[in-house]
Amino acid sequence: MTQLDHRGIVEVSDGGVSVELRGESMTLNIGPQHPSTHGVLRLVAQVDGERITKLEPNIGYMHRGYEKLTEVRTYAQIMALINRIDWVSGFANEVAFVRAVEKLMGIEPTERAQMIRLILTELTRISNHLLFASSFPLELGAFTPLMYAMRDREYVLDLLESVTGGRFHPNFNRVGGIKPAAGGGKTQKNVSLDLPAGFYAAVESAMDRIERSCEELDELVTGNEMIQMRTKGVGIISYEDAIAFGVSGPNARGSGVPIDLRKVEHDLLPYDGLDFDVITQDGCDAFSRYLVRIGEIRESVKIVRQAIHSVPAGPLVAKVPRVLKVPAGRVYVRAENPKGEMGYYVVSQGGRIPYRVKIRTGSFSNISVMSKVAVGLLIPDLVASMGSLDFVLGDVDR
Amino acid sequence: MIENVPFALMLTFKVVVVLAAMLVVALVLIWGELKWGAHIQARVGPWYAGGRWGWAQPLADAVKFLQKEDLVPTAADGPVFRLAPYVMIAGTLAVFVVIPIGPSLVARDLDIGAFYLLAVSSLSTLGVLMAGWSSGNKYSLIGGVRAGAQLIAYELPLVLAVVAVVIEAGTLSLSGIVNAQAATSLPFVVPQIIGFVVFLVASLAELNRTPFDLPLAESELTMGYLTEYSGLRFTMFFLGEYAGMVSMGAIIATLYLGGYWAPGLSSDALKFAGPVILLVKIFVVAFLMIWIRWTYPRIREDQLQAIAWKWLIPLALFNIVITATLKVVL
Repeated sequence: MTQLDHRGIVEVSDGGVSVELRGESMTLNIGPQHPSTHGVLRLVAQVDGERITKLEPNIGYMHRGYEKLTEVRTYAQIMALINRIDWVSGFANEVAFVRAVEKLMGIEPTERAQMIRLILTELTRISNHLLFASSFPLELGAFTPLMYAMRDREYVLDLLESVTGGRFHPNFNRVGGIKPAAGGGKTQKNVSLDLPAGFYAAVESAMDRIERSCEELDELVTGNEMIQMRTKGVGIISYEDAIAFGVSGPNARGSGVPIDLRKVEHDLLPYDGLDFDVITQDGCDAFSRYLVRIGEIRESVKIVRQAIHSVPAGPLVAKVPRVLKVPAGRVYVRAENPKGEMGYYVVSQGGRIPYRVKIRTGSFSNISVMSKVAVGLLIPDLVASMGSLDFVLGDVDR
Repeated sequence: MIENVPFALMLTFKVVVVLAAMLVVALVLIWGELKWGAHIQARVGPWYAGGRWGWAQPLADAVKFLQKEDLVPTAADGPVFRLAPYVMIAGTLAVFVVIPIGPSLVARDLDIGAFYLLAVSSLSTLGVLMAGWSSGNKYSLIGGVRAGAQLIAYELPLVLAVVAVVIEAGTLSLSGIVNAQAATSLPFVVPQIIGFVVFLVASLAELNRTPFDLPLAESELTMGYLTEYSGLRFTMFFLGEYAGMVSMGAIIATLYLGGYWAPGLSSDALKFAGPVILLVKIFVVAFLMIWIRWTYPRIREDQLQAIAWKWLIPLALFNIVITATLKVVL
């Protein structure tokens, strides 16, 4: 009957039974300092009671100017910089960039180095998704899965540390291959020096551990009715929206978009010989995105198990000139990062430093969908769907 | 000899003893939560404070809070903001007036004990509402209003569950309720199992504990109604929360678990063992609450209302019907 949208107006439904009082709407600043914004994201929300009528993500608080910094650094220096873009999956950030430089220089990395890169990328993916499995329930108010997932993530980080020396920022890739082991000199190309002794056995036992961890998470989180109540049908990103907003990675696959750059970009890393599935879910909601990531942990475990049996022998680094001079040219290389599509558009005008590097990150596109998703949600739903997007502010602002 | 002591002196003594005992039990419970929660999460929890098992951790925390700046935001409504923590803690402490901690060991055995119990236990929500309203912070406001909505939804099942107990016992006096359980040697948790579950769920909501900690909801509302509180007033809220657990545990123990009574003990033995037995039962209930907290996530406001109105209230009404029918038939 009467339906007036202005402030303080009584809205009467057809039967006149449910009468809703509309008050003044309130502007709520969520962030930049807020427990569930993963750093310094600021969301300016118009709320009517607890229902969000409008939401505007406000980014830039974490801007560190990486694209500009790359213009005054050599390629080797950039390597140390870019693994801090998405600091929870540092190794994966490096791979796409180093492949871009290799393409510009026309250098083919050694097969052994490529396979080790692949293994470490997948380990990074596992650690990233385990971090998601810890922070996502925390946003729903469950504290305990955090501790379990964090504990098991250590097994993966230990592996990364044993190879690269760094848990988060490995700085391990070199043009043409990976960093030769410490103590280099003439023995640099000695294959026995690249991976630590007993690495494969350690990987096997860690992967067993991760599989158990997945089962534990299934019991504690996936099968938990309250988690399902909170996340099913919440934060819907439709198939069309996912494509329109450029949502990528597990978020896109959670909306049923079967895209996985590991299956597409054949010359990036040698995924071709490995058997794994692209996990997709059709729910389009927060729970689907969670399921995709847990599924991907299992797939990554599968990939790592296969890969450690097919690491070819050979040198770690291809023949590369002492001083890296990249010929003029431009190239775009993209990779399936744990957070979504990571792309580097590298423009070189010749010389030791790039002219311009444009960095495309998954998180940036992924959170742009928030303003559409959030309308009509309650504040708790906003937090749940925000957590399900798994973004890192360093990855958004660069 | 006791008759010769002036009334005022005796009252002061009683109040001090009860207050001290309550707060000590609350501190033990805080430590228990830290420790149990840690073990549930594959951690060890407090370790160094006090030398062993980190037993002094709650005290150390309290000392730390006392050193913090006493802050009242400019936008806050000063007097209400300052009063709120004490309203919250007063409600939980006042419950103990009617809880019998042994045969004839009760501050005041009111005839309408159960009624009084329900009335004062919801006072603490008033403190929460005051805190949320007066902080001058949007998150606090949302938290406070959530607490109010929660109170309205959960007070009803709470009352209805107690009605069934009262019918079963035939009295509103809490000593009478304990005696009724002792007389049949059967704690009411057995015949009143539905009411027990309803009461337990509703009491979690009343205490703002997970899965119903919506007024706090640190991942959504930063810290809800506590956002602007610091120092001593925060300590009061914190202590009040655990004192609330103690008092709610005492209520549940008295209404459903037989209170100070334990099977096989004579009335004389109960005089000494009663308080200990009650304490053990309180800790069992508190452990259950802690266990739930570290296992489940938080539910949403509308889901909370749905659970209250669609499940708990009909269940409680059903329970009353059954209890009343059985009472008449048997």
